[in-house]
Amino acid sequence: MSRDPWDGRIVIVGASLAGLRAAETLRAEGFAGELTIVGDEPHPPYDRPPLSKQVLLGRARAEDCVLPARRETGATWKLGVRAAGLDGDGRQVILANGEHLPYDRLLIATGTRARPWPQPEEAALDGVFTVRTMEDAGRLAERLDAGPRRVLVIGAGFTGSEIASACRERGLAVTVAERGPAPLIGALGGTVGSWAAELHRSHGVDLRCGVTVTALRGSGGRLTGAELSDGSALDVDVAVVALGAVRNTEWLADSGLAAGPKGVACDAGCRVVDMYGIVTDDVFVAGDVARFPHPLFQYQFLALEHWGNAVAQAEVAAHNMISRGRERRPHLSVPAFWSSQFGLNIKSVGVPTFSDQVVIAQGSPEERRLVAVYGYQGRVTAAVTVNSAKSLEHYEELICTGAPFPPGPDAADHVPGREPEPSDVPDPRGLTHGPTVALTGHLPDRRLVVLRPGG
Amino acid sequence: MSPETLFRRITDYANRADPYPLYAELREHGVTRQEDGRYLVGTYYEINALLHDPRVSSDLRNRTAPDPEFQPPEGGLPSFIGLDDPEHHRLRGLAMRQFGPPHTPGRVDALRDDIARIAGELADRLRGKDRLDLVDDFAFPLPVTVICDLLGVPEEDVQQMHLWADTAIKSLDFAPGEDPGPRRRASQEARVAMGAYLGELAAKRRGHPTGDMLSGLVNDDGPDGRLTEVELMVTTVLLLIAGHETTVNLITNGMLTLLRHPEELERLRAHPELMPSAVEELLRYEPPVQFLPQRTPLTDIEVGGVTVPKGVPLILVLASGNRDPLRFPDADRFDPTREDNQHFGFGSGIHNCFGAPLARIETQIALTTLLHGLDTPRLLEDPPPYRTSPVLRGSRHLPLAQAADGVQAGR
Amino acid sequence: MQVVVDLNRCQGYAQCVFLAPRVFELHGEESLLYTPSVPDDQRERVVQAATACPVQAILLGEAAGVA
Repeated sequence: MSRDPWDGRIVIVGASLAGLRAAETLRAEGFAGELTIVGDEPHPPYDRPPLSKQVLLGRARAEDCVLPARRETGATWKLGVRAAGLDGDGRQVILANGEHLPYDRLLIATGTRARPWPQPEEAALDGVFTVRTMEDAGRLAERLDAGPRRVLVIGAGFTGSEIASACRERGLAVTVAERGPAPLIGALGGTVGSWAAELHRSHGVDLRCGVTVTALRGSGGRLTGAELSDGSALDVDVAVVALGAVRNTEWLADSGLAAGPKGVACDAGCRVVDMYGIVTDDVFVAGDVARFPHPLFQYQFLALEHWGNAVAQAEVAAHNMISRGRERRPHLSVPAFWSSQFGLNIKSVGVPTFSDQVVIAQGSPEERRLVAVYGYQGRVTAAVTVNSAKSLEHYEELICTGAPFPPGPDAADHVPGREPEPSDVPDPRGLTHGPTVALTGHLPDRRLVVLRPGG
Repeated sequence: MSPETLFRRITDYANRADPYPLYAELREHGVTRQEDGRYLVGTYYEINALLHDPRVSSDLRNRTAPDPEFQPPEGGLPSFIGLDDPEHHRLRGLAMRQFGPPHTPGRVDALRDDIARIAGELADRLRGKDRLDLVDDFAFPLPVTVICDLLGVPEEDVQQMHLWADTAIKSLDFAPGEDPGPRRRASQEARVAMGAYLGELAAKRRGHPTGDMLSGLVNDDGPDGRLTEVELMVTTVLLLIAGHETTVNLITNGMLTLLRHPEELERLRAHPELMPSAVEELLRYEPPVQFLPQRTPLTDIEVGGVTVPKGVPLILVLASGNRDPLRFPDADRFDPTREDNQHFGFGSGIHNCFGAPLARIETQIALTTLLHGLDTPRLLEDPPPYRTSPVLRGSRHLPLAQAADGVQAGR
Repeated sequence: MQVVVDLNRCQGYAQCVFLAPRVFELHGEESLLYTPSVPDDQRERVVQAATACPVQAILLGEAAGVA
């Protein structure tokens, strides 16, 4: 590293939300050196949450979702080119086009991609979609405009549920297939999940839980139907694969860093650790691809596919990249996300899957307004609001202070008789959809288990 | 002086013109119990926590002992600002259906031209007057005309509405030592009379809608049904009262503040695009609702290291939170371009001001119109005479002088 | 001009919908939808909306990129 942290060369791999906000923070905090941003998509940074909401509803065009800039970055953008490898000793990023980018400090912000349908020939059928990129959403919106006879959504996580909701709002027939017992349970547990199942059904979704899609059928290259594990078959002309996300870490396979399918492990300051658990000081990580230890959740490594985390972590990482010693800050923000589906605003704070119990502290499913509070071993660890966002910060405070669970029946709109019940968090391996909040254990790297370094 | 007397001193009329030193004293003491058992909170983060705390009630019926100053309307139903969820949510939602999103998103935006026209007409009448009272001649008639128009009150009854509203808010006056009985009774009578009038008007609109809110309230059923007759009266009375008294003060306090900061006034004249941000700053710096007097904890609540017991009067001093230096840098400075201005000018949480967007647009237009319509205005009295209420704080009159010949002074 | 709303911060006060109803929309009681790309004739209203947001969740700016 050059002596002056505000100088030298910084490379950011990943040109989406985290990469952009990191670049802006670097400049805002005085970084005056060379800044290069690499992105595998050909577009400038754009906002993904609207893709499964406004865009599928036809209220906004996919290509309009470009993010506003907070400030100029004066960066060199290398878009439409993938990073293929990292030479940590030589401090260079190797691009797929053969170019080598030297750096003094590196930020990894490669995010995730949609988990593809496992059968490539079926995935290639016209009518089979994923929703991750601008192109994905634009093409799917176009296809929904054309009025398909029935849409099959495979996976009932947040993305799958939002897609199903958009389809119903457009008046389209939709079937949702989920291997787990209910929608959203990967993130919210079974108790809230069973409410979500009601929500789907009351909006006319043909929800099929406990089944998997065993095959997609096509004719002349076009999707015509699907077969389910219960022996039933569906005639569909659109199938949306919403199996969750895959972290973009393959390019780091030979880097010696603790990078794998669960993400890239880092310390509380966003510094990446290597495969021995030793922290580096020139490689940082932020956004969906990162795993970071969180004190509120027993220092397990958390991996969050959340907009807010991408922004917050990018800011901390950028700050730490150009700070020394004690000027560095920890990334401690409480996980939070939102979803909009079936006309309801669902927001979450904390980690609902880090729980053993849940109680409805305010409102009720019948009112379609509620606050569900989650607890683990007697303290509050998460809260989910449905159309009650103004209460959320109260529960965030309870989480941050480790307040006792259950929170007491004193909210003005507490419905008497609501008692804590098991939160019923499933093993994610039994679900079609991937959780967007993943507790990924205490080990920075799975290789540590077998390597036994040093003796 | 003892922090236990802060509420007495804040409500003392002698301190109406400048309560801010008292608020600073309050913030220094944190959450303070008053001599009469009230709890006062004046620091930003603590107020914010309580405004979002579902265990804090707005319903006075949850008080352990009745408040001598504040009582729910006798025999009547509280309006939604005096209720908790889910009832508050239902009633507010039914009213919102006719006022804003999601059902009527464009209603307030569509009033911009009307507001500008009314403001222009009022300003025209001020032209050439060497002396004027900004309150009676401008700040009062503008919002009352707008809210009556919006609700559907015919023009000939606007003056009557105004008299009722003025009497009705007297219940928010605090005059320590004085028997609050008579003004509370007068306030109650005014509310009843107003409710009866609006109920009758609503009945006429039933089946004969005229495009106003009242017509909507009696003719348009949403998924949550409609207001009962009593709910309709209580709700429309609330909208009418809240819909203009506070805006009058916002406009008046705004003009007063600008006249006290002539360099900022000039800047806004030259850069009208700064007006939206200036209005937000006014809402922070001189908020029309200074404190919320009717909150009550439903259980013992710990805030700022103090346990506020269940059932006591809990007073959130919004205007003090707005000046908290821990939240706002240089908090006592009026800065129309202030960023990150999350003020409590309209409260926060589920009871955030229903009419906020209307008040914003009215004040932006009013001040812009005045800055261009008045000719070198100056204050004739500073401080001006204040109304009695420490809650809805504002000047009763704002006597101004302007250049008499009606020719804009060269600047 | 582009707009993005930090919907973690958003609490559904809907002030932006009142002030710029052609760009912001309440979907149901509390969910906010918006047009990320602001039409030129709506810029002034959108700036007002961002200024008025009680939780300061609205970010405006020129399209991020490659300049």
